[in-house]
Amino acid sequence: MFAYYLDLALRSLKRNKVLTALMVLAIAVGIGASMTTLTVMHLLSGDPLPGRSGQIFYPQVDPYPTPDPRHQPWDMMDYRSATDLWSAHRADRQALVTGSALRLTAPGVNLPPLMVQMLATTSDFFPMFRVPFRYGNAWTAQDDASRARVVVISDALNRKLFGGANSVGRTLRLKDTDVRIVGVLAPWRPSPQFYDVAGGRFAGGDTSAFYSKPEDVFAPFASALEINDGGFQPFTCWQPPEEGVKLQNAPCVWVALWVQLDSAAKVADYRRFLAGYAQQQKALGRFAQADNTRMPGLMAWLDFNHVVPSDVRLQSWLALAFLLICLFNMVGLLLAKFLRRAGEIGVRRALGASHRAIFAQCLVEAGLIGLLGGVGGWLLTLVGLWLVRSQPVEYADLVHLDLSMFALTFVLAVAASLLAGLLPALRAARVAPALQLKAG
Amino acid sequence: MDILPILSTLRRHKLTAGLLIMEIALTCAIVCNAVFLIGQRLHRMDMPSGVVEHQLLQIQVADVVKPVNPYARVQEDMALLRQVPGVQSVAFSNQVPFGGSSSNAGVLLDPNQPQRTLNGTTYFGENLVSTMGVRLVAGRDLRPDDFVDVDVALKGLQTGDSKSLPHVTLITRTMAERLWPGQNPLGHMLYLTPIVGLRVVGVMDSLVRPNAYDASTAQYTMVIPLRMSADKGMSYVIRTRAQDRAPVLAAAVAALKKADPQRIITTQRTFDDVRDHFFRDDRAMAGILVGVVSALLVVTALGIVGLASFWVAQRRRTIGVRRALGATRGNILHYFQTENFLLATIGIVLGMVLAYGINLFLMQHYELPRLPAIYFPVGAVALWLIGQVAVLGPALRAAAVPPVVATRSV
Repeated sequence: MFAYYLDLALRSLKRNKVLTALMVLAIAVGIGASMTTLTVMHLLSGDPLPGRSGQIFYPQVDPYPTPDPRHQPWDMMDYRSATDLWSAHRADRQALVTGSALRLTAPGVNLPPLMVQMLATTSDFFPMFRVPFRYGNAWTAQDDASRARVVVISDALNRKLFGGANSVGRTLRLKDTDVRIVGVLAPWRPSPQFYDVAGGRFAGGDTSAFYSKPEDVFAPFASALEINDGGFQPFTCWQPPEEGVKLQNAPCVWVALWVQLDSAAKVADYRRFLAGYAQQQKALGRFAQADNTRMPGLMAWLDFNHVVPSDVRLQSWLALAFLLICLFNMVGLLLAKFLRRAGEIGVRRALGASHRAIFAQCLVEAGLIGLLGGVGGWLLTLVGLWLVRSQPVEYADLVHLDLSMFALTFVLAVAASLLAGLLPALRAARVAPALQLKAG
Repeated sequence: MDILPILSTLRRHKLTAGLLIMEIALTCAIVCNAVFLIGQRLHRMDMPSGVVEHQLLQIQVADVVKPVNPYARVQEDMALLRQVPGVQSVAFSNQVPFGGSSSNAGVLLDPNQPQRTLNGTTYFGENLVSTMGVRLVAGRDLRPDDFVDVDVALKGLQTGDSKSLPHVTLITRTMAERLWPGQNPLGHMLYLTPIVGLRVVGVMDSLVRPNAYDASTAQYTMVIPLRMSADKGMSYVIRTRAQDRAPVLAAAVAALKKADPQRIITTQRTFDDVRDHFFRDDRAMAGILVGVVSALLVVTALGIVGLASFWVAQRRRTIGVRRALGATRGNILHYFQTENFLLATIGIVLGMVLAYGINLFLMQHYELPRLPAIYFPVGAVALWLIGQVAVLGPALRAAAVPPVVATRSV
């Protein structure tokens, strides 16, 4: 039966090419616009660590020395709190992170000095965030402790300096220090660059910077602090730091701690540990608020920072409204199309076709239009994504149509046109056989 | 034209007419809000900076090795830059208008008040006002003897020695009006901390913040006489003639590199680029919105064409009968035009209500202001026009139906 309806539908579509083209175009434009923004939304709001994000947490304490019940913990920690918590090693894995920029030269490579972003972190960073390696390995906990002069570099930097060859064992000069490369990452582009996310609530919705590329150089935390001494910037300070005082001892927050906790019991344990630490620091006179600790999970932390730029969310709403209008359009046009054929439907009804048969036939036709619209929508989505990629935003290089969104394009197109076809099909199925024959 | 027959015809096509009305209403609501959003973005991109943007260049330098005397380094560099042909004036600043990253401070009117009155941005550096072409509307510019070295000031801040801190400041007109409404701000004191008291000696017409995300606070700006040392994040600001910008920028960068080949120029751009970069998201969004509005109007127009064609085809016999009974082509044409006008009007009225609702939603979630009433007639006129243009083709076809059709059975 389906094949017969399909044949009928094809004939009907061919009969009025203009109307058919209008409907296909309406669906295609609607689908194209909404799939473009939905794809961007999907890429930006996705889980940067699928399967692992539920075990990643972001502990926060409040080192503000003045009692203020309304004070919220800052988005990062002071050096002492962060290193105290890290060196307790109470989580399954833990990594300190803080970024800075510094000058890099590669001896034996004919390139001018580069300014690069360096992430100061600890060895757990790589296994905890499942960072893929192309050559070599991460440094060890031993390297962290001994402040070894070793680094891991990004795939992009390895290509730029060494043409993508295995550069493990080679030497780089960071500022005035020679360091040895122990690992080269495979291409790694988390979306967002989650481990650096902080301060999103002060960005006024303009959060596209959270989608920039990961740093080019990763160095052991303690080594990096020595190599780029004076090159680190605080996130904020609660009072002006004294001249000549190292950031490590300054009243500033600038270090983040990430922990991996594999079970609910461990999460509860760590929360108690964090509260205990704050109590202890209050007793020591360093903190004023002992009960002001937080430990959001990774996804909750991203939400808290409103990582998806408000422009992108606005565009998604716009695109959905657009699709809605295209659907109204489609309903009207289908109604016109089906009722125009009232005579033909009347003949089929008189020859014994049931309500259901007419209804099914109309829906097949609507679905076919949806499928054609889906093809058009897919092409328009590709154009739309190309336009997004040509925009000067940090996430431009991330934008692509993955398999799930490709499938969704067609599902959405067919579902939308079936929905739009429902009412016209019902009307068509109600056509009385006799009346139409008489009029015909 | 009598509209009663049209209404009675439409009553027999409730469903299709209703659909068309809904489509027009939705389009109207979205177009009103989208045009409003576009206006907002364009208005933001026009935000005044208060500086002579077309004559300014920014060069940011990162010194690899901290110079022995970072103050002397700045003076040497500035002297070097003044030698570059075409350079009219050079300043050294901690930040630039629309530059993004900024230094800010809470402002107190009374050293002992617990909450700050407002948050303002602080420009530090010599020659800033004259080089950037900021207009003073009252008082005087900062003088060389006002300036304090930044290290000395920081030490003073630690020891509580207010003698080694700067004592005067320039503020913008907007900020003065916010702090002391209706008064002459000259001579008034403001405080950044209980011991940093600054006397207002000059009022600037306008100088925008580097982080002007919010238009209402974009002009809360102070210029404080702190002499900066060569350090990260500082910028040389160069004034030149608009037509000389490209060669002067290249020559200035070359001169700085020649003086110390080891250092890295992190930023070199004209102030036109600075503004372009700062507002690029707004420009992109405005472009997208223009695209969506046009596509929306096209889709709605196509819908009207489709339904009108259907109606014309359906009513061929009726039209033929009317023509045979003496109706002119003009009558038929007007009939369809009026019908469309009626449907569009109902749609527009519904659309206005919807537009207001959407605006309320946006106000809640995206901190947008209320939709000004001017956008309602704009949306209405746009949709009336679109409707009339779309219906013209089918209506002309209807008018072309010959009276003889009435005599045929199908």
